[in-house]
Amino acid sequence: MTPEDIQLVVALCKARAGLKIDPAKTYLMESRLAPLARREGYNSVEDLIAGLKVRREEPLIWALVEAMTLNETAFFRDRATFDQLRDDILPTLTRMRGPEPIRIWSAACATGQEAYSVAMIAEEAHDLEPGARIDIYGSDIAERCLEKAQSGLYTQFEVQRGLPIQQLVRHFEKIEDNWQLSPRIRQRVRWRRINLAADLSGVGRFDVILARHVLTALDDGIRRRVLEGLAAALPSDGFLLLDADVAPQDLTDAFRPVSGRTGLFARNPSFRAAA
Amino acid sequence: MKTCLLVDDSRVIRKVARRILEDLGYEIAEASDGLEALAWCRAAMPDVILLDWNMPVMNGMEFLRTLRAEPGGDTPKVVFCTVESHPDRIREALAAGATEYIMKPFDGDIIAAKFEMAGLA
Repeated sequence: MTPEDIQLVVALCKARAGLKIDPAKTYLMESRLAPLARREGYNSVEDLIAGLKVRREEPLIWALVEAMTLNETAFFRDRATFDQLRDDILPTLTRMRGPEPIRIWSAACATGQEAYSVAMIAEEAHDLEPGARIDIYGSDIAERCLEKAQSGLYTQFEVQRGLPIQQLVRHFEKIEDNWQLSPRIRQRVRWRRINLAADLSGVGRFDVILARHVLTALDDGIRRRVLEGLAAALPSDGFLLLDADVAPQDLTDAFRPVSGRTGLFARNPSFRAAA
Repeated sequence: MKTCLLVDDSRVIRKVARRILEDLGYEIAEASDGLEALAWCRAAMPDVILLDWNMPVMNGMEFLRTLRAEPGGDTPKVVFCTVESHPDRIREALAAGATEYIMKPFDGDIIAAKFEMAGLA
């Protein structure tokens, strides 16, 4: 890749998805873009970029941006988050909401394991209020990831990372060498393509938002805007779950940490007035 | 230090698993079939047993059922590690007292994740 090619990829990723791509990591760009180049019928990544410069087609630009997103995920990744959700957050919210549905959004869910982990918890939760309803939404910027998420079909390697065997046999069916989630769990999650770097005012309201392992991939200037967009989608008694490395209070006053809980944040009551 | 008994008729698998489990802080003993594993357990029960299914002399399922009927045989956590991946086989293993189940091929991340799930890491 020429320096100009690299700059073009970096600029497109930032402009379209707010992604922070290190221009020094050319090997990363080449390894992520090589499968796209093959799919699009180009002999190399250089040919793909050259073709992009000529064609300038939106679907190809988006395919490039999607290819550069990090899709690393696993069932029950950072188990403590899910224990917290099952033992504390969901019982509290269902008590407060009564028959009103609890809406949970797994933002930037890649291939869907996080949203399905929440769905399995909701399915297995026995100590929730009678009649409690939990609606789960999964979103990602990458269409290809959402297609896989929607299929609920995972490789043996993917199901062994994070999924206890009891849950595998309870919720999955073996299909040749892969494992597919039961229709019951699949139907619990609704999928939507959402670009977190775009305007989030139309996404709706959610009682719990999981935005883990995504903010650090975003450009510094965009991260604050995303956090404030998420805050606007949360009610004052809702919760934001982040990975342990992120401290939103360093970027914005939209959130305050929930004391004693790693990665758990609530919206600051003053946020709306300030926004 | 926690102890783990590796039971597999493949020396290569035992070697790979030993390296992974030593990194997780386990002291390792090895057996190449169920009967040999039983002798180890009768001498001193390990904390964990990583158990293959298909082995000569005594297979993993026969071993597990015999172990669970022995005095003190209900204490070790047993993690199957096998090419058997049919859900019926997995249910059979869980019903016989397996704690977790790994389908081969495996790597260090999978063993570490499974041991963590079973409260062993």
